[in-house]
Formats: sequence, structure tokens, C-alpha cells
Amino acid sequence: MALTSKDLKLVTNPLNMENPITVQVLGICSALAITVQMKSAVVMALSVTVVLIFSNLITSLLRNTIPNRIRIIVQLTIVAALVIIVDQILKAYVYDVSKQLSVFVGLIITNCILMGRLEAFAMGNKPLPSVLDAIGNGAGYGVILIIVAFLRELLGSGKIWGYQVVPDAFYEMGYVNNGLMILPPMALITVGTIIWVQRSRYKQLIEQNG
Amino acid sequence: MKALRNLFDNLKPHVEKDGKFHYLHSTFDAFHTLFFVPNRVTKVGAHIRDYIDSKRSMALVVLAMMPALFFGIWNVGYHHYLATGVEATFMMMFLHGLIKVVPIIAASYTAGLAVEFTMAQIRGHEVNEGFLVSGMLVPLIVPVDVPLWMVFVATAFALLFGKEVFGGTGMNILNPALTARAFLFFAYPAQMSGDFIWISGLSAGEGIVDGFSGATCLAQAAAEGFTGTLHNGLGQAYTFWDMFLGVIPGSIGETSTLMIMIGAVVLLVTGIGNWKIMLSFVLGGLAMGLLLNGLAGYSDNAYMTLPAHYHLVLGGFAFGAVFMVTDPVSAAQTDKGKWIYGFLAGFFSIMIRVLNPAYPEGVMLSILLMNVFAPLIDHYVIQGHIKRRLARATASAK
Repeated sequence: MALTSKDLKLVTNPLNMENPITVQVLGICSALAITVQMKSAVVMALSVTVVLIFSNLITSLLRNTIPNRIRIIVQLTIVAALVIIVDQILKAYVYDVSKQLSVFVGLIITNCILMGRLEAFAMGNKPLPSVLDAIGNGAGYGVILIIVAFLRELLGSGKIWGYQVVPDAFYEMGYVNNGLMILPPMALITVGTIIWVQRSRYKQLIEQNG
Repeated sequence: MKALRNLFDNLKPHVEKDGKFHYLHSTFDAFHTLFFVPNRVTKVGAHIRDYIDSKRSMALVVLAMMPALFFGIWNVGYHHYLATGVEATFMMMFLHGLIKVVPIIAASYTAGLAVEFTMAQIRGHEVNEGFLVSGMLVPLIVPVDVPLWMVFVATAFALLFGKEVFGGTGMNILNPALTARAFLFFAYPAQMSGDFIWISGLSAGEGIVDGFSGATCLAQAAAEGFTGTLHNGLGQAYTFWDMFLGVIPGSIGETSTLMIMIGAVVLLVTGIGNWKIMLSFVLGGLAMGLLLNGLAGYSDNAYMTLPAHYHLVLGGFAFGAVFMVTDPVSAAQTDKGKWIYGFLAGFFSIMIRVLNPAYPEGVMLSILLMNVFAPLIDHYVIQGHIKRRLARATASAK
């Protein structure tokens, strides 16, 4: 089965023009909370993507048998089960990161991106497109997370992926890490800046109001 | 002046609609109107014949800040020589202050003008003159030993995210100068708070008199074991008069209540500053101060015993009252709103100062908080008017 260009769009669209964070403004809470360091951001992005792929797949397979009136409960059950599995795997293999992410892995259950994709896509589409859609949205979420975490870790702690990149000579000359970058408000401003840059490049994203 | 006029006249054709350098027209315009009164005439609607425009009124505000600035420059030198134990003449003190303060002003203006001109060029609008004021306010509210690059970064950040993202001068929710200070305060706490940064040369620590303390009056009052006397670095007690004159350590332009009051007179006489906000701000601070004095017996927080009128002359309260809270853009717009806005800003300033152990000073945070609430206050004031008038109208119709 070959991928048509329509299928490919499912993956590429969420990276930019339909980005879950910068365009749909979903999943903001976790984007603000876990982007202090790149490592935790990457792990979080992977976790969300994995949960999203499997929950989209399972929901899509079950979509014709799920009674409409209790669909949200069924979706939540699927997501919750997957989140618990991911949480256990993280605890087993990357314990320190898992501790840093703390409650936010559990909170993937309430991540708006998941509910949004399940409701808007998986409930009405076949399994393969659903998986592609999940990959795209997970990646779109991850890209923004990594950009934000890169900037925050670089400017806030002078590190990338935990390694010192700002040379000591800078500190001797009087350079000081920006403490505000570590605080959540700056994550909001960073995400806002990304939205600003994106919208000034792609004018069609700007809403017309009034 | 004639040469300047000729220069502008020669340059003008090049930046007009079909000129080669049309893209630079906003830059040209900015300099042109800075040097000459604009010759454009308003064409529509009723208008007052007056030469005042926002550039002129901003220039007046800068003028009103001059007494505080010059006193601040002298004060920097005075405290430097006090800390190093050197006998110094007035000129030595003033020169030392000048060497310290002028670079900060330059850094602030460079960052500000860079952001303003770039944004004006990108967006194709005219360069806004609001920065003339913010660029002078920023140096006055930072400690003298702040590294210049921090001033640069903070000012650029504040203008970009405090002002330009909202659409430029006149559209901002927050006071840009205070945004710059808040950025510095949270991003570089080590350079913006503590007992070593307020006196030039103290953080470097060379040649300081033994036992000299650089704590500000507010830091002394907030410290544990405060007994009610405030003193200078050598341990001599301050009188109220010293604090009113401003011979105390603090941010560059905030110390002298007297000089700030001269600025206030300039603002009020020219009609640029709003007396309702200034007065209600002071009343709010006084009210909270008296309330805390009254309650001091029930608490072991010694800061609460600091007399209420001391609060008005210490820290940034006077400066905030005259130059910060009155910012016409970020303050409340309705008359009743101004009273509420000013009073609450003053009230919260002293509340944060005394009751929050993390910050010995609360004027900045309180004004920023009230900036955010100003539109809400205005909304309810206007809704109240509408309701009352509607009730009156329906009553008379019956």
C-alpha cells in the first residue's frame, strides 16, 4: 500500500500550518512546564507521540463499535491505559528524567492534543490515516517543544542537553545566565514569539476579526 | 540651525514616495520632527491650535526628570566616596557619578532606539516618541552597579515584548520602563538585589572602609531585628530630612523626594502628569502605612513599625508616584478609575514592601499589577455610568 500525497499531508501539515501548539494552541500547559531542559522535552515529546499513535490506532479500529454516547469515556480509558504503560517504561529505563517530568507524564491523559485528535480524526478515519495523523501531530508538538527547550536551556542555564556550551570565558567577562528563562512565564513568551514569527511568515494564519 | 534646515530640505526628496530611499522615510521623519516643529496641519475635525505633540510632551517629561537625574549623579559619587572613605569635593562626586551613569543612559537609549527604529522600518509606521521617556526612566530605576549589557538586554526586551507586540506606543498594557526593571529583577536577581549593588564600587570591594554596609533603608527595615533607626553605611543615623533630600543609597534617580517633587510640579503645571493619580497613589500608600502601624502591635514583623510617612520618602515610592503610575497609556483613563487605580497601586506598594519577606520594595510590582487591572477598572466605571444614566433616563421618561 503506497502512501498518497494526501496521506503525506497528514504528516506534514501539523508540522507547520496546522501545528497543534502554535496554530491550534493545544497542549500549552505541558509545553510551558517541561521545557526547561531539552532532555525532558524530548522524552515528553516522544511519550506524547507514542501515546498518540497507539490511541489513535486503537480508537480508529474500534470507531464503529464505540457507542456514541460514551465515546469520551472509552477514549479516556484507552489513553489512560497507554499513559500508564509509558509511565512505567520511563520509570524503568530513564528514571531521572521520569522524576523530572513527575506529574506531567500522568497528565498526558488530559493533554488537549490527544482528545482533539481522537475526537476530530480517529473517530472518523481508517487506521492508517489515523496513525499518520498521530505521527504528524506528535512531531508538530515535539518540534515546538524542542525549539522552546533549546532556547530556554541555552539562555537559562548555558547548556544544551545538559552539556555546558557557553564557554567559561563568557562568565569571567561578566555574562550571567538569564534566570527568567527558567521560570514558566518566559516559556509562554517564547511560545508567543514562535507564533509571532510563524504568523508573520505565513500571513494566511492571521485571523481576521472585526 | 540653518545648516540643519538645509540638510533636511536636501534629504527630503530622496525619502518621499518615489525617492530612492523611501524605505528610510520613518527614520527621516523621526529626526526631522525631533529638530523642527512639524509643518503638517490637521485637516479634519475640530482641533486645538497648539505646537504640542507627543514628541514635545515626552520631551517635557524628560525635562521633569532632570532634577532627579542630576541629584542621582551626585548621590552616586557621594556614596562612592563615603564607602571608600575618601574626602571628596562636590565636583569629584559629580564627576564620578557622571562616569557611572552616562554609560547606563547610553545603553538604554541605544537599545531602545535600535528596537524603535527597526520596528518602525519593518512596519512602515513612524518612529514613536514614547521611548524618549522610557529610555530615561530605565537608568533612573536601576542600581548604579548594574552591568551595561543587562540594561541593554532588558530595555530591548521590554520594548519588544512590553510595547511593540501590542502595537507600539500608546497600545501597551504595561509600563515599558517597569517591564525592563521587572525583567532585570527576575532574570538577574544577583545584580538587582542585595546589599552590595546600590553603591558604586561596593560589589568590586576595593578600598572599602571597614564595616561599611551598603544596605538600603528599606533593606534595613526589612531585616530581622529592626529597631526603628535607619542609618547610613558608616552607622550614622538618618534623619527624616536626609531621607527626604535623598542622601541615601538606592536606585540612581529614586532617592531624592525633593527633586522628584520638583519634577512633579513641572508635570502638573504643564498638564502632562495627572494629579488625581499622584495624590491617590500617595494616599493609598499612606493608608496602608498607617494601617500597618496600627496593627504592628499584633505582629512580630518589625517592618510594620516603620512610620507611615517614612514609606513615602524611602525607596521608589515617590518616583513611582510621579513618573511611573501616571504613565498616561498604562494608567486608568476614566476620572473615577484614576482614583481607584492610584489608590490601590499605592496601597499594594506598601503591602508588598512590608508583608512580603522576599521583596523589601513593592512599588514596581504593585504598579505593574495595577497596569493590568486598569482596563478592568475603567470597564466597571463606564458600566456604572451607563447604568446610572439609564436609570435616570427611564425614571424621567415615566
